[in-house]
Amino acid sequence: MAACSIEDVLAKAEQDEAEKLKSITVQKELDLEFDIGNLVAYDVNRIDIRQFREQKKDDFLRSLARDNTQLLINEIWKHPTERVEEVIVVKLPEPTTVLPREKPPPKPRPPTKWEEFAKLKGIQKKKKTNLVWDDVAKNELHRLRNIARAQKIKVPGVGLTPTAQQSKTDLVRAVNVAKVSTASAGKFQDRLPKEKAPRNTGKKRKFQPVIGNFSNEKQRQLDLLKVMDSKKPRLDVNKAVNKQMREDDREESAAKFRKGGKKGRKGGNFSGKGKGGKGKGGGGKGRAGGKGQGPPGGKKGAGKPGKR
Amino acid sequence: MQRRHFPLLSIHVGYFKASAIKHTSEATKMKQKEGVIKPKTKRAKRFLDNRAPKLTENVKNAMIMKGGNTSMTVTQALKDIYSLKKPSAVLYKKKNITRPFEDSTSLEFFSKKTDSSLFLFGSHNKKRPNNLIFGRLFDFHVLDMIELGIEKYRSLSEIKNSKCPEGTKPMLVFAGEAFDHDDDHKRLKSLLTDFFRGPVVPSVRLAGLEHVLHFTALEGKIYMRSYRSLLKKSGCRTPRIELEEIGPSFDFVLRRTHLASDDLYKTAHRQPKALKPKKKKNISHDTFGTKFGRLHMQKQDLAKLQTRKMKGLRKRRGPAAAAAAAGETSPKTAKVEVE
Repeated sequence: MAACSIEDVLAKAEQDEAEKLKSITVQKELDLEFDIGNLVAYDVNRIDIRQFREQKKDDFLRSLARDNTQLLINEIWKHPTERVEEVIVVKLPEPTTVLPREKPPPKPRPPTKWEEFAKLKGIQKKKKTNLVWDDVAKNELHRLRNIARAQKIKVPGVGLTPTAQQSKTDLVRAVNVAKVSTASAGKFQDRLPKEKAPRNTGKKRKFQPVIGNFSNEKQRQLDLLKVMDSKKPRLDVNKAVNKQMREDDREESAAKFRKGGKKGRKGGNFSGKGKGGKGKGGGGKGRAGGKGQGPPGGKKGAGKPGKR
Repeated sequence: MQRRHFPLLSIHVGYFKASAIKHTSEATKMKQKEGVIKPKTKRAKRFLDNRAPKLTENVKNAMIMKGGNTSMTVTQALKDIYSLKKPSAVLYKKKNITRPFEDSTSLEFFSKKTDSSLFLFGSHNKKRPNNLIFGRLFDFHVLDMIELGIEKYRSLSEIKNSKCPEGTKPMLVFAGEAFDHDDDHKRLKSLLTDFFRGPVVPSVRLAGLEHVLHFTALEGKIYMRSYRSLLKKSGCRTPRIELEEIGPSFDFVLRRTHLASDDLYKTAHRQPKALKPKKKKNISHDTFGTKFGRLHMQKQDLAKLQTRKMKGLRKRRGPAAAAAAAGETSPKTAKVEVE
């Protein structure tokens, strides 16, 4: 029957397996302990002294060694292997026997001056991201350089040459420059519905029109002459007050530093800030009072602002 | 600089013949440790860093030296063990008239010079013929010393066959109950492992597992044999081992011992915290080896739990709807009954 032959086949297969394994199996009373990390095997089985004496010592030891080594090799072969450059290598685990160290473990080094400074300031180590050279941008840059060389003009600035990562400001600048570079200097370029007007463009200095308000011009010239005539120095109370306060601060902080080192310096800083705040308020008052000479409302913007 | 003792072979890798002079200059650098004089060149700094205490340490170097009087057996034995331990060993040519068991300052001085933490001292006198002292140091102070007497010895040159290449990591086997029961033998086991194991490597070439050192403790004696293993084909993946005796064979007898005190032993074993394996949180193993993990969830409102929707069991609004539902469900139930 089919079932019998299957059983036979299975039995035969088992026999074959046993035959194969016979060559590498070793019978031992107690299992050996292994430390594969160090390639060590510990055999705690009792050694038959009578057998040892009967046989030649060397032969007995050799057969014992063969058995133990076979078991050790069996154990090593159980571990995962990999192929490294045409060589088959077995990955060993960590050694399990604790052996004494050679030297005591290293003591933590005292922090260096920079490390202390960084800790004080709260500076953290920042790893530089690996910047990869962008081929597209490189091509663009070379193309623009060639054009510049051909036409004997300069390569446009960083914002316009395309790079891999362009920040918002770069893009905005590029857009603005593109807008202005039309025949009519961007006067008739429409803006997108939500686009904001470009800031920081336009003239940097404002001059009065050549032929405008005659009375204004006359008044201004006369004032200038009056100031030049007067013998008294013109006192900007705001500026004077701020200058005095700054000097006071400096003196105080120097005195505190001389007194108490770090602590004093920190305290001095705080007091300086406080004084600065008060100074603003004082300056404002001073400004209102001092500038009584010129028209009170008009000159406020033009006059020198107080020290911030 | 004591001129008596020159190592036979310089142990620094990469320094070859011209290194004799360089070695002495390095030795002088050793005299001035980093704390006293700072290294002025990068090379000196590297040299000192190599010898400084580290998290994962270097291979232990062994210094092999002779005592005041040595016999042919002892000198030959020292040479053989030196060849087993190459390249991380230094063999001193000249005799050193010291007695390690009484005064260990000379040993400590040499260990500092060559950065060795293992030593093998051979001597011969009437009281203790053919004596070998195996020892190790911790922080340049003697930790353990075990004296073994050679009763029978066959050298490498006596056994004529092809040997293993130098520097192969040997497999070590310790057989015998004494290695497990007796304290002295346990210490000896640890010392011999330390001495012969070689560098600790993450992986080993399978074909290169050639050398086997077999130690048997029997009736108060220790038999050391060195074999070359041949990996023969067996039916399955694991090869069959055949052994061929090559190297030196010793019949030792255990003589005196000087073992470290318990606390010194403990200090020597202290591992730095950085080397301890990091525990993975929320993972546990039970006795069967099953791995369990733990998930921390927020509190769930069981009323609002998403379960499978049974459309038929959904609550309908109103009594008419309820009747319709009843009417609907009944044929379903009838069906079930039939089956």
